[in-house]
Amino acid sequence: MSAVRPLAREIEALMAEYPDGRSATLPALRLAQERYGWLSPDALREVADALGTTPAFCESVASFYDMFHLAPVGRHLVEVCTNVSCALVGAQQVLEAFEAELGIGPGETTEDGEITLRTVECAGGCGWGTVVVVDHRYREPVRPEGVPAIVEELRSA
Amino acid sequence: MPRASVLLAEAGTRDLKQLSEYRKIGGYKSLARARAREPQSIVDELIESNLRGRGGAFFPMGRKASFLAKGTGKPTYLVVNADESEPGTFKDREIMFSSPHRLIEGCLITAHAAQVDRVFIYIRGEYLREFEILRAALEQVRDAGLLGGVTIVVHRGAGAYICGEESALLESLEGKRGQPRSRPPFPAVSGLYAAPTLINNVETISTVPVVLEVGGKEYAKLGTPPNSTGTRVFSLSGNVRNGGNYELAIGTTLRELIEDLGGGVPDGRELKAIIPGGSSVPVLTPDQIDTPLDADSMAEAGSLLGSGGVIVIDDRCCMVQLGLRVAQFYMHESCGKCTPCREGTRWMVQILHKIEDGRSEQSELDLLLDICDRILGKCLCPLGDAAAMPIASYVDKFRAEFQEHIDHGGCPFGGESSLEGVVAPVEQGHSLTRIVSEAHA
Repeated sequence: MSAVRPLAREIEALMAEYPDGRSATLPALRLAQERYGWLSPDALREVADALGTTPAFCESVASFYDMFHLAPVGRHLVEVCTNVSCALVGAQQVLEAFEAELGIGPGETTEDGEITLRTVECAGGCGWGTVVVVDHRYREPVRPEGVPAIVEELRSA
Repeated sequence: MPRASVLLAEAGTRDLKQLSEYRKIGGYKSLARARAREPQSIVDELIESNLRGRGGAFFPMGRKASFLAKGTGKPTYLVVNADESEPGTFKDREIMFSSPHRLIEGCLITAHAAQVDRVFIYIRGEYLREFEILRAALEQVRDAGLLGGVTIVVHRGAGAYICGEESALLESLEGKRGQPRSRPPFPAVSGLYAAPTLINNVETISTVPVVLEVGGKEYAKLGTPPNSTGTRVFSLSGNVRNGGNYELAIGTTLRELIEDLGGGVPDGRELKAIIPGGSSVPVLTPDQIDTPLDADSMAEAGSLLGSGGVIVIDDRCCMVQLGLRVAQFYMHESCGKCTPCREGTRWMVQILHKIEDGRSEQSELDLLLDICDRILGKCLCPLGDAAAMPIASYVDKFRAEFQEHIDHGGCPFGGESSLEGVVAPVEQGHSLTRIVSEAHA
């Protein structure tokens, strides 16, 4: 484990990129989330200490942004855009295909803790809907018939 | 031929992510010329070009730059708004993905014009690939010694539509919740870290090298002068054959975009409605398809050019469901700072749910319009307007369809609407909406 740099060191490096180190709050939270999977109370405390602020401040910031998780999520994250452009071309059918394949609803995680499914607002791929974001990488367009292969890929990853 | 590749010139034929390729098409020549000039003369050139903000507000960029406070004893910052989140809009992503150096060159020219040595590009957190592309392009620029003492930091957001609003973006860039500031003071006087700050959209900044290349006077002849000069990258989506981004002279008609380039509405369906500038603008009807995509024509048609996101809607779509889905989005993205938006967006969602489910009273249709009216122009930032304008326009233009829901106690589409049952993020898992609507019923 000695190869892993302490989070505080990495956050210090992020803070140095800005005239005011507090600007590194979002990057620091992202770093902690990447390391721990979600922003637990312990993770928030660690980030707060490194930034020189309070855990409550970090939590209030984290809770404002959709990409931060204040509860555990699966090892993989599947996000289906259901905003207008995608919805017009069948986003709901794509979502239902994931629900059927995974046996969970949006906002839920599979029992084995592997995959979290959720709907998201416009991801910015509207011309190539339905946009599905798998572990932060865009798949566009996705049709319901393409869903089993995506799930299979994640299960075997 | 309405297609005009200026910003995205050769983006389809060359790998413009490579500095060497961008240089082959004249890249960074405008920068060299700009650096040999007095900063003020570049601002004057931008004013002459009448290059206006491509993020949606359409404010003249040169004038904005000329507002920057001087002699404050603080540094001046340039912030690029790459937090593209307006539903139906994906043009900035295209520019960053396929021609990242044009944006960087624009940053460096603007930095010289505004005498800035620190630039922040605030990119929406979801655009991971574009972030990586920008970082790689910046690395090439740094290695080539083109930065000229300017530092460019690419800062990732974390998923909040409101951070595309400039003052919320600044709050977020300072490490806080992205809640808009009250103005004045405007960012040109007191922006990032309370210092003078110029904020422009990706497409606007990416147009700067083009303006310098052709000259402000020539640029001002492109498009639909004098108010809507140049080109724009329009994002086309929804019920249309060839969705995607199209760079066109401003003033190209919706028909040319949707039918000639987009291939029209597929599956033998009929065009029902057009959202011409991102989901926040008033809707247009099929009889308005010959409206040119310029600011004045759009205003005359009762809508806005907005972010350039054109959403095509066919006759399978229930307009109440569309209104509900749009209202749910703005409710989800409302930061909660001011009352009309925070309370109004929730209330709109509740009423639209009731109309869709056939549980509403006649008076609630007027109540819905009344709520829109009480939001419009009464919030700290444009998000409230963005929520109210489309909904009011759906009721106005498709009132008979709303009335039918009330008269027949439910949706006349009988489960066959293209938006039937769409699950919005506000409704997944522990849903505020569901709890509220039950309490309300």
